[in-house]
Amino acid sequence: MESANRHFSEKVRWRWLEVAFWLCTLLPFVVTPSYLSLASQIAITALFALSLDLILGYAGIVSLGHAAFFGVGAYSAGLLAKHYWGEPLAGLVVAAVAAGIAGYAMSHIVVRFRHLALIMLTLGLGLLLHEAANSASGLTGGADGLQGVRVGTLFGFKFDMFGRTAYAYSLAVLFVCFLVSRRIIHSPFGLALRGIRENATRMPAIGAPSRAHLRKAYTIAAVIAGIAGALLTHTTSTVSLEVLSFQRSADVLVILILGGAGRLYGGIIGAVIYMVARDQFSGINPQFWYFWIGLLLVMVVMFLPNGILGGLSRFFPPKT
Amino acid sequence: MLSSLATVLFDGFAYGMLLFLLSVGLSVTLGMMNFVNLAHCSFAMVGGYATVTLVNSFGWPFLATLPMAFLAGGFISILLERTLYRHLYRSSDLDQCLLTIGIVFVSVAAFAWLYTSEQQSARPPEWLRGRIELFGVNFATYRLFLIVFGLAVTAMLVLLLERTRFGAKVRAAVDNQRMARGLGIDVDRAFMLTFALGGGLAGLGGALAIEVVGLDPTFALAYLVYVLIVVAVGGLGSIGGSFAAAVVLGISDMAGKYYFPWLGAFLIYLVMVALLMWRPAGLFGKR
Repeated sequence: MESANRHFSEKVRWRWLEVAFWLCTLLPFVVTPSYLSLASQIAITALFALSLDLILGYAGIVSLGHAAFFGVGAYSAGLLAKHYWGEPLAGLVVAAVAAGIAGYAMSHIVVRFRHLALIMLTLGLGLLLHEAANSASGLTGGADGLQGVRVGTLFGFKFDMFGRTAYAYSLAVLFVCFLVSRRIIHSPFGLALRGIRENATRMPAIGAPSRAHLRKAYTIAAVIAGIAGALLTHTTSTVSLEVLSFQRSADVLVILILGGAGRLYGGIIGAVIYMVARDQFSGINPQFWYFWIGLLLVMVVMFLPNGILGGLSRFFPPKT
Repeated sequence: MLSSLATVLFDGFAYGMLLFLLSVGLSVTLGMMNFVNLAHCSFAMVGGYATVTLVNSFGWPFLATLPMAFLAGGFISILLERTLYRHLYRSSDLDQCLLTIGIVFVSVAAFAWLYTSEQQSARPPEWLRGRIELFGVNFATYRLFLIVFGLAVTAMLVLLLERTRFGAKVRAAVDNQRMARGLGIDVDRAFMLTFALGGGLAGLGGALAIEVVGLDPTFALAYLVYVLIVVAVGGLGSIGGSFAAAVVLGISDMAGKYYFPWLGAFLIYLVMVALLMWRPAGLFGKR
């Protein structure tokens, strides 16, 4: 028992590299103030990738429709701000609850399947939601997007065009969600999730309630994805149908795989690289942008199976 | 009412034949190797663009380009199988999924660059573009051609799989790959040939689809869902299942577009999710 406690407390301890990393996230305020809106987009994408990491990297649930929860969060925050209440923090809570309910409902379906059926079910559910939002144009604005979202001030700070508030807000939410995820991953529950990922038949045999664990993880991931969606709504004051698209699900998967799945920082590093590259190459047609993304995916799968962080960690073996 | 029903059934059946050609290869190869090949519709796109190029730039007659579309689809699939896919047969579903999605992205962008993202067309000969009237109902000749062609291909496939030595090897590999290997069957070779055949049929389907649904670089993503539905519903490795699923999907999609146009693709996705939840191994699947 004592050695188990020591195992967890050692894992939880912060390392200098981590502290340095989070200090670096403050740099955009002073070094590149003109890129703060991009920085807030990166933080939002990183949060979204973090939520996918929880189910894909740690629990081993492959999902091609994770944008569903991002979209639910974005739309519920948008609808709340448009019709009732423009205060962002309330919007975050509502989006988290809405996405959590959707995630909990969907988790009952998802945990019962594996392999191809799972991939296709998540793809199908994502497409279904996208199509539903497209058809229900009275509520969601359809293909034109949700117009007239008015986001209020955050503790008296306005969301302006320079993106100072937006980045501070996104970064703070990312950090809080990261702390929560970090705590979850290093808990006995997180260890059980990794056990299920590694061997789905043995875990129930040693008494772990596999499906209940997976449902819980899936719901938590949905909540975080919903929060990321709400952040996007608040920082851009609009919701387009794109938040639910297959493209977004595929993008976040690419980001996570690029950075390294099953590592807390994988999604964040992937998001930084992906979004900065896309910003730099924004001159080229988005269709051709996907050529490089596709090529990158092929390369990563063939030569770098654990992503960039996985490749790097080969040079820095963990201290024992 | 009755004549509209006949039209829907007829057009839907023709559409189903197209879906069958596009998906049967994926169904058989998935059954053999469990390789999740999401790039299958990219092979179809290669066939389609081969036909477009031959008809529009080289002035070939439409029908003469069909074998070339078959060869193009088969060639590209064998090329990718030898260079990339075979390294990942033992990898996780996720890796296979990512690799093939990457190929889809590359193919979409590459064709957009080569042919622009506009709809392409390749005119079939004059005698295939008219309409025939039977029992007071108008039938498009091209769709009639599709149905006859699809049925002929199905018959040939069934003969190939049920009556030849190659077919016996393929069936053995689908049923139990390890046992088949143990009996000295060269499963890798059989798989490669099946994969090429499936890619070729997809290429053929892509070429035949130009006249019905048009061809642009998003074809690989747009029809992926349809192909996956056919495979999921029909069950892995089953030609009969794929055939039935393709026909049902074709007719219900046509009926949905005709009678409930406001629902869009919603209905199809709903059917797919419901069927998957009810029978994850497909309606006719064994596993």
